[in-house]
Amino acid sequence: MELAGQIDDLHKYYYLGNQVVKALRGVTAEFPGGDFVAIMGSSGSGKSTLLNVLGGLDRPTSGRYVIAGNDVSTLTDHELSAIRNKLIGFIFQSYNLISQFTVLENIRMPLSYRPDRPPMTREDIDWCTELALQVGLGDRLDHRPHQLSGGQQQRVAIARALVNGPAIILADEPTGNLDSSTSAEIIEILNRLNAEGRTIIMVTHEPEIAREAKRQIYMKDGLIAGDGIFPG
Amino acid sequence: MFQRFVRTLLYSFKSLLLHKLRAGLAVLGILIGVTAVIWLVALGEGVSYQAQQQIKELGATNIILKSVKPSASSSSGRSFIVEYGLTREDYDRILEGVPTIERAVPMREITSTVRAGTREADVNLIGCTAAWFDINSLSGARGRILTDRDIEERQNIAVIAAETAESLFGYEDPLGKTIEIAANNRVDVYLVVGQTKSRMPSASIGSSLEGRDYNQDVYIPLSTFRSRIGDQVVTSRTGSMEGELVELSQITVTVGDLSQVDDASDIIEILLEKYHGSKGDFSVTIPMELLKQAEMLRMMFNVLLVVIAGISLFVGGIGIMNIMLATVTERTREIGVRRAMGASQTDIIEQFLAETMVLSGLGGIAGVVCGFLCRPANFGVLWVIENWLPEIWRSLPPTIQQLQPIIAPWSIIAAFCISVGVGVVFGLYPARRAALMDPIEALRHE
Ligand SMILES: Nc1ncnc2c1ncn2[C@@H]1O[C@H](COP(=O)(O)OP(=O)(O)OP(=O)(O)O)[C@@H](O)[C@H]1O
Ligand SMILES: [Mg+2]
Repeated sequence: MELAGQIDDLHKYYYLGNQVVKALRGVTAEFPGGDFVAIMGSSGSGKSTLLNVLGGLDRPTSGRYVIAGNDVSTLTDHELSAIRNKLIGFIFQSYNLISQFTVLENIRMPLSYRPDRPPMTREDIDWCTELALQVGLGDRLDHRPHQLSGGQQQRVAIARALVNGPAIILADEPTGNLDSSTSAEIIEILNRLNAEGRTIIMVTHEPEIAREAKRQIYMKDGLIAGDGIFPG
Repeated sequence: MFQRFVRTLLYSFKSLLLHKLRAGLAVLGILIGVTAVIWLVALGEGVSYQAQQQIKELGATNIILKSVKPSASSSSGRSFIVEYGLTREDYDRILEGVPTIERAVPMREITSTVRAGTREADVNLIGCTAAWFDINSLSGARGRILTDRDIEERQNIAVIAAETAESLFGYEDPLGKTIEIAANNRVDVYLVVGQTKSRMPSASIGSSLEGRDYNQDVYIPLSTFRSRIGDQVVTSRTGSMEGELVELSQITVTVGDLSQVDDASDIIEILLEKYHGSKGDFSVTIPMELLKQAEMLRMMFNVLLVVIAGISLFVGGIGIMNIMLATVTERTREIGVRRAMGASQTDIIEQFLAETMVLSGLGGIAGVVCGFLCRPANFGVLWVIENWLPEIWRSLPPTIQQLQPIIAPWSIIAAFCISVGVGVVFGLYPARRAALMDPIEALRHE
């Protein structure tokens, strides 16, 4: 299967004064297309850092990262931004919706950063409405984030992540702020997306959630401590 | 491309509406700056327009020669009669010596007392030719003005000015009536043949030319002046006698074209100096030179005003920058989200720059609108002073009393462009700051 992403001896250091924080200390992994990976590990082990690098939001201190055939270290800000827009959908623990925008405006926001920045068309709006419908928010298009529950906000965030039809979805503790039944609904959506062929990489603390993924990666002190297929 | 630009501006407008008061204050800062530019330039233009009108009234192709009484110390002899000024010979020499001359208009003027029946008026008695009325834009209200034939016939006729007519005849028709003009201790009777329309007095221009009130004049033919009154005029003032011997008080030379003024004035000055030496008993005024000076002055004035107004726009810009910095900090998380969704640094710069441009553009438009209130505002202020503070009103120079601001189109365009420019310049730093933010830090921002 074609690789969605590949990392090789990835290091990420933070320099705080004369102190060095080594968030990643040589991580090597491959993510085949269509994979569903759960990244686990204790707090501060470097999960979020790894995910941010994978999403092209952060650049590693050293090491190679190839995404969809592009070596990230050679890309300009503009090219990397285009990859984030086209190829990657982000889902955050704290939803990160824009509070002054309505549900529909939030969902369609990534459309304004498409290559060549084409204007919004009727079809685009229809597509956003369709996505809202798919995540069960067809009747909330004009609501603002603060009028929605956490689970609903996370669905908006998922719809937003999907609007450009990304091949990879990166989720950093997507259920971290949700109760178990809402979490289950979110995981179900992710499962469905994975079944459609999208690669999903998800950070989570909860073993029950991680069990839903096809593969689990355990991190410890900036290194991969274990990598396995569940159930296995 | 254009559509996208409009879209960006619309979005900016929308996000500015989230903080109406804050945005309003930033707009106010720019508004004041833009209004200041337009108003100050309009007032400046108004003042200089007045000056230019006055100079133009003198005629740009004219050269005005006047007899000037030399200062007392240099007056020759023990005689109480002072002889000075332009002569009829000067007049002939100028007519011959200046090749580009179109005409030269001689004039003799004294102050005198005129009587009609029991009424009496102090007037300027002017001996002149028909052309005098032309070069001073004097037209007849009743009867006629003086003609070339009157000069030849040397009769005792007079044309009187509006105020003179009023003080001598009230509201009666002065035509056909007679007036008595006293000069040199004798009285002559003149027939009134016409009355001139009243005319705005010309204000003085700098120190080179005093103002002239045309409304207390009495005009008689120059030839009559010479034969009845003569060149020598003696006035007795509280016992002592005072006299002057002057052939002509003023000669107004007109040349054909603006480009000939300089040469002609040079020739005239050389000619006159040759015969008058260093007596200093004449003056040469060149309206065109004054016009140039006034133009210079206007430009300098405008530069000064623009500097002042520029400072206020600068302050407005600082206000905008302040607000944009606050906005950027406040929306750090939004910036992070947008970056994660694929916004490049350029996109972020565009977004915030568009917001500042909307702010400053709105300020600019509002400022232009307020700029147009300049005339009503000026009128209102003057009206209030005139009606409620008459003392202050009287102490104001006529230039201020009659001030009409003139809104200069260039000032509107400049003010608006500068305001948008200020927005761009002062918005650039906050926008850049937003764009260079680390997306992850931004996403983590509380
Ligand atoms: N911007 C930063 N500056 C300095 N140190 C940082 C920065 N970001 C992360 N770190 C450090 O890097 C290490 C890894 O952080 P990371 O956020 O990846 O952990 P995590 O595994 O996601 O933890 P959690 O489960 O609590 O989210 C931590 O020790 C953290 O303190
Ligand atoms: Mg984390």
